[in-house]
Amino acid sequence: MSESKKVSLPVLGEVDRRTAVKAGAATLGLAAWAAAIKPWFEWTAELNTDEFLQKHYRELSPEQLQAILNRLTDDARKETGKAVTVKDHKPLPGVSFAYALNLSICIGCRKCAEACHVENNHDRPSHQSYIRVFEMQKGGIDFEKGDATYSHPVPAKDKYYMPVQCQQCENPPCVTACPIEATWQESDGIVVVDYYWCIGCRYCEAACPYHARRFNWEKPQVPAAEVNPNQSYLSNRVRPQGVMEKCTFCLHRTREGRLPACLEACPTGARVFGNVLDPDSEIRWVLENKRVFVLKEELGTKPRFYYFFDK
Amino acid sequence: MHYAGVTTYYRFLRRSLHVATDGGWLFYAWMLVLTAVALVGANAWAVQVRDGMVRTNMTDHVSWGLYIANFTFCVGLAAGGVMMVIPAYLYHDHDMHEVVIVGEVLAIAAIVMSTLSVVVDLGRPDRFWHLIPVIGKFNWPVSMLTWDIIVLNGYLFINLHVVGYLLYTRFRGRTPDPRWYVPFVLLSIVWAISIHTVTAFLYCGLGGRPFWNTALLAPRFLASAFVSGPAFILLVLRVVRVGTDLPVNPGPSRLLVQIIRVAAVVNLLMLASELFTLFYAGGSHLASARYLFFGDHGKHGLVPWIWSAIALNLIGTGLFFTPAALERGWVRPVACACVIVGIWIEKGMGLIIPGFIPSTLHEVVEYAPSLTEWKVTAGIWAFGLLLLTAMLKVTVAVFTNQMAEPVEAAGPGPTTGS
Ligand code: SF4
Ligand code: SF4
Repeated sequence: MSESKKVSLPVLGEVDRRTAVKAGAATLGLAAWAAAIKPWFEWTAELNTDEFLQKHYRELSPEQLQAILNRLTDDARKETGKAVTVKDHKPLPGVSFAYALNLSICIGCRKCAEACHVENNHDRPSHQSYIRVFEMQKGGIDFEKGDATYSHPVPAKDKYYMPVQCQQCENPPCVTACPIEATWQESDGIVVVDYYWCIGCRYCEAACPYHARRFNWEKPQVPAAEVNPNQSYLSNRVRPQGVMEKCTFCLHRTREGRLPACLEACPTGARVFGNVLDPDSEIRWVLENKRVFVLKEELGTKPRFYYFFDK
Repeated sequence: MHYAGVTTYYRFLRRSLHVATDGGWLFYAWMLVLTAVALVGANAWAVQVRDGMVRTNMTDHVSWGLYIANFTFCVGLAAGGVMMVIPAYLYHDHDMHEVVIVGEVLAIAAIVMSTLSVVVDLGRPDRFWHLIPVIGKFNWPVSMLTWDIIVLNGYLFINLHVVGYLLYTRFRGRTPDPRWYVPFVLLSIVWAISIHTVTAFLYCGLGGRPFWNTALLAPRFLASAFVSGPAFILLVLRVVRVGTDLPVNPGPSRLLVQIIRVAAVVNLLMLASELFTLFYAGGSHLASARYLFFGDHGKHGLVPWIWSAIALNLIGTGLFFTPAALERGWVRPVACACVIVGIWIEKGMGLIIPGFIPSTLHEVVEYAPSLTEWKVTAGIWAFGLLLLTAMLKVTVAVFTNQMAEPVEAAGPGPTTGS
């Protein structure tokens, strides 16, 4: 390597000086590169190595999962000073959930959306919620004439109201889309996301026909005093930045036999929730006795979320 | 014997590095500017990773933006290189065979740019390893995105192999053995079609997005790729001819112009038939198209984009049809620039964005890229051009036998560059 022999003596010929200049430029370039990506290291410094190496939720052994839940619980307690518990609620055997909503009595008060916001530890500044309520024109079901940003007393004349959240499709296009199985359907029909596995490509969000998915564009901010302490790994624990999230039919409540927060908050009783496999359930009665319909039936997604009108 | 092989290969790499970083002042200025832009992009991306994707203007309504738009275009650019390979290898066009490697080099740079465009779009790039088959959890064959990852990487490796093999054997003064590269070249033809088809399937496979859900999407992608790819190659060939010692015959460029003429007309025809179906028959497609071309609910964000694209495509196509486009002059590069920009807009801001507007529940939320997104995208282009320049320098040096070590005494030394 004739150049490198002489590189320390820059008084020599043209070729050698060039090589020396190049070496200098390369060093400068590397330094500039390091400076340019410094924010990356500021960010990774805050990350947890265990979290980085963690396996997919469904491949964790019970001990590994327990260790993670303990860590999450400890961290959340330290951060909020509250008695937070992060549990893992498994789907119950013989249960298949469905939801129905009576459009004749929904008044568009958005109490359900608000309850979701609080229950699921949503980002406060963006006022995030898994539910959007559309003010619709009577005489059809045409979202083109709908409006989800209305701000006037309800119910307005000639309008009806249509809350939309994840339809927990039996044939979910979001699950098919995900390149890494970070989102899947559980045996009770609820579609969940592993917040520690999702890479945030947002392909599922493009695939969902119901605008049901929400992305964490930044780290969600929830004041410690407002954090809901009853949390679950796959549902309402405070999400990390840069991952996807969605309605989970409040699995941390419903898998304990309670009702979803949105249903409890509804002042008109428009919402009906339950296990369709239970012949005595109210949801079963509605599905059998009302003329229910689903959104965008033609897409073949088979929603578990039904709408109906009284008469 | 084996040891000698390793030393020769090492010498090849070392000489390549030397040649790739050596040139006149114009060359240095060019590389310096590109490096600076690439660094600005890298910084913007690092900030975006730290602060979150709020740094972009994407929202839950328009959840893909400039990055995925640019990704789509770059995939087309990579696929377009095949329009040199087909005449060279299937029709044994001798002159094209001489320069076909330019198309393959461009394909490598373009694939790198598309991969980077996806990486910067990830909310959690630190979890990139989840995408690696076996170690991660690769949802293949169900997810269309996994198919895209496979075909893009495959295409990258095929082209790296062909280019690397050809350059290295030439460097050693040997004649390339067709058995070692022709099968790969033929494979690359099929593969080029596949990368753009699968990328189209990414979008048109989504039933909930009527604007993309059309069987014409993949053919349209291919037609426009066979305009933008050859147009970009024409520009590269011009730079190579003016700036280096590599002899470039007029034949290949003329053939590329002919290819563009056909592909551009087919592309415009398909666009016209799509528009006719949209606006004459109406239906659920219409809302996005109406917003794109004329605006909707008093919102017009994409209207200037799409009409500029149409104007540029028409002007570029018109220029390609003038006799002057077949000659060496200013008409050809201007025409190339027009269609490249036109198709970049048409496939990006004109195709990806309107898929989200109106949203699946018919809300009209507009989108325009943020400064961060522009910086990152510019950085990706700068990096791709850096790579392209370096690879072309080596290619030219190998093909003009300028890879030898400079002679000790007062030899003229390498004089590549501008
Ligand atoms: S509504 Fe959307 S997010 Fe929910 S299961 Fe269906 S496709 Fe997935
Ligand atoms: S954003 Fe996450 S859950 Fe959605 S497709 Fe990408 S990796 Fe899967």
